[in-house]
Amino acid sequence: MINKNNFLWNAIKLGLLGGTIGIFFSLVGMIEVFSKRDVIENVITLGDFMLLATAAISGFIATRSQTNSKTITTNLVTGTLAGLTTGGLLALFVWVGSQINLRAVFLNASPVLFDLLTYKKGANGAWLLLEYGALAGLIGSLLFGLPEKTRKPLTNTILFLFGMALFSGLFRVVMINQEGGAAKLAKFLFGQTGLTLSGAFIFFIIVAAFTSLWSGQSKKIQGSYARLPKKGQITVRVILIAVLAFIAIALPQISGPFIAQVIVVVCLYAMMGLGLNITLGFAGLLDLGFVAFFAVGAYTVGLLTSYGPFGLEHISFWAAVPIAVLASMLFGAILGLPVLGVRGDYLAIATLGFGEIIRLLAGSDFLAKYFGGPQGIIGIQKPCLGTLEQFVKIDVPRVCDGLEFAGPKEIYYLALASAILIAFIAWRLQSSRLGRAWMAIREDEDVAEALGINLIQTKLLAYVLGAAFAGLGGAIFTVLVGSIFASSMQLNVSINVVAIIIVGGMGSIPGVILGAIALIGLPELLREVSEFRYLLYGITLIIMMLAKPEGLWPSQTILRELKHNEIMPDTESPNIKA
Amino acid sequence: MSTLTIDNIHTYYGNIHALRGISLKIEKGEIVTLIGGNGAGKTTTLRTISGLLKPREGNISLDGEDLLKYPAHEVVYKGVSMVPEGRGVFARLTVLENLEMGAFSRKSKEELNHNLEKMFTLFPRLKERRTQTAGTLSGGEQQMLATGRALMANPTVLLMDEPSMGLAPVLVELIFDIIKKINEDGTTILLVEQNALMALSIANRGYVLQTGEITLTDTAQNLKNNPMVQKAYLGME
Ligand SMILES: Nc1ncnc2c1ncn2[C@@H]1O[C@H](COP(=O)(O)OP(=O)(O)O)[C@@H](O)[C@H]1O
Ligand SMILES: [Mg+2]
Repeated sequence: MINKNNFLWNAIKLGLLGGTIGIFFSLVGMIEVFSKRDVIENVITLGDFMLLATAAISGFIATRSQTNSKTITTNLVTGTLAGLTTGGLLALFVWVGSQINLRAVFLNASPVLFDLLTYKKGANGAWLLLEYGALAGLIGSLLFGLPEKTRKPLTNTILFLFGMALFSGLFRVVMINQEGGAAKLAKFLFGQTGLTLSGAFIFFIIVAAFTSLWSGQSKKIQGSYARLPKKGQITVRVILIAVLAFIAIALPQISGPFIAQVIVVVCLYAMMGLGLNITLGFAGLLDLGFVAFFAVGAYTVGLLTSYGPFGLEHISFWAAVPIAVLASMLFGAILGLPVLGVRGDYLAIATLGFGEIIRLLAGSDFLAKYFGGPQGIIGIQKPCLGTLEQFVKIDVPRVCDGLEFAGPKEIYYLALASAILIAFIAWRLQSSRLGRAWMAIREDEDVAEALGINLIQTKLLAYVLGAAFAGLGGAIFTVLVGSIFASSMQLNVSINVVAIIIVGGMGSIPGVILGAIALIGLPELLREVSEFRYLLYGITLIIMMLAKPEGLWPSQTILRELKHNEIMPDTESPNIKA
Repeated sequence: MSTLTIDNIHTYYGNIHALRGISLKIEKGEIVTLIGGNGAGKTTTLRTISGLLKPREGNISLDGEDLLKYPAHEVVYKGVSMVPEGRGVFARLTVLENLEMGAFSRKSKEELNHNLEKMFTLFPRLKERRTQTAGTLSGGEQQMLATGRALMANPTVLLMDEPSMGLAPVLVELIFDIIKKINEDGTTILLVEQNALMALSIANRGYVLQTGEITLTDTAQNLKNNPMVQKAYLGME
């Protein structure tokens, strides 16, 4: 019998898990889609990389978790065995697929998939799977065996290469647009579908050198910055800000409209994220219907500026924005009032319902004569920085004789400026008296009330201000798209916003921004990934919950909590409640 | 002149009649203790005084001013602060932040700093741990913090709900010494306790609460010698 504690058994278990994950990726169609992209052109496709990485990771984890003896031999055997098992399970899958038609149940189990898995070699390919699996597992255990100092730069480099490969198409397009030397360099480094071999080699050297030199340097740099005289520190900061500002201003002109649009969308989500961060992160009040405020902002601007059939007025975008923000705040209060006394799960359900009600009403036939129903509102005027008369009232059709925010490349500035403004307001609010009241409510409502905090007023302000941020986002969204449809105000927008906050770090302003970049920006840039967006969200959320539940950039409060828990494990139980 | 007067209050949780006509009188400068077993209604009494629960009947007044007309968050502005049951410190905030929260009702910066200095003199332990999160403090330290936080609002009356709960005997003594000191500095105290012996040893007077009714009231000394109290609350035969 197999001894369950045996390290071989442990390796097989993890190998089987890796294989199952590999089969899962195959059956949902990821491998097939990702095989159209290369990590390194003509060497390894993204799909292959995923499978090999799965085998390597199971080898790594098996080696790490085996407790028998940590000799080099057992480590290597463990890793190889785990990888071999992963490959074996995949080979078995290929064999089953060749005998039985799985397609009746699994749409993606197509001949193309099996060709891909076996490198078009049929039965021989199945052997290859075993070999590659074992090799990847071996690499995984070797990685484990490396000292931390070597491993960190190496894994970072691999991850960086992977990232460069994913975005190589983008870099290539952007650089080729510049023509001249940049275009030549682009063709040398980036292929049509991934990095070129020479590109991969060059990046590997640069990044490996950089990461190994960098380790430990950041502390030194911080130290020398701290030692600068006050005036010097200010100079450094001004220079940094100037450089950042220059990049921010020049970016859309260099990168073109596609990337500008992605950044606009990231900014809009960041604004919503910062809004929900006030309600949920600062005050601890869950809101699963956050898209409602976005919709109110969008519809208000739409109705006030459209020259289409549903336009109520023809005022300029600039005059409509404050009204839109006020309208969102009003809806924040309308949501806030009835749910003030509701806590926990009920709050989640009540707010979820609110979001759906707003969307259904906006898209309903019943209100179609006001909001256009499913046809939506079209013909929304773009913002124009022109004459003073046009600042308020605009002619129809308007001719903009000034700067028109016509497309993503111009709206980019509007969105970025608004996002920065909102981040600044959120930051000021956090350390204000109101911010402290929110914090107290989040930690303990009863105690907060006994300390003199007006719960009703404070909670309402959290809803109202959060709504204002989202409303501004909605207003900008409207002019970006030029039309509004109730169908773009789906529940998944609210869910995205919650996910941004969780992944970024609850209550942390930089965390929310980072979360918006990671969850919205990256999938927008990677077209292939969009199809599997929610699957990847799910995986990311699970991994985050397990590995880094505090978020990418946790708030001070959470960070301190973590640190203290590490230093002193909970020996005395705090908060004894009778 | 009577400071805090509670007159015939009836408090309910839905249909549960938790306080059945309670009357208490706490004179300025006194320590008065309210003793009673589990579920007698001690916490309910304190929560009613601080406005977190509204009684269906009865009156509560401070120096002749009706307290019931104020919502809970305004009662603290009238000079009544509470140290809640189970301490209720903000576990994820630092000691300093907890104390600052306590002064939420005091807007002046000088007053805040002055009070902070006072708390750090009263509780040197808290000064050492000012940057530590409250959740990592020991039970005794958390009790000190909860007490300090309540004092940051400059109360004239301090309501304390079972400060000795879950503490080792040495710490209980330390906390009771501090309570005496706070009282000597001029704060009137209503002390709720299951630890009747300790409470009666520092209090001027006491009330015995049983299933929502006051069954006995006397000076602390007399209560200590009362055979019924000895049997039920002091564990003597
Ligand atoms: N939130 C509540 N809902 C319903 N009943 C409660 C609640 N809190 C306390 N009670 C009831 O009120 C009575 C008094 O409780 P409490 O004031 O907490 O007692 P003590 O503090 O003296 O232990 C008890 O019978 C208790 O069960
Ligand atoms: Mg109690």
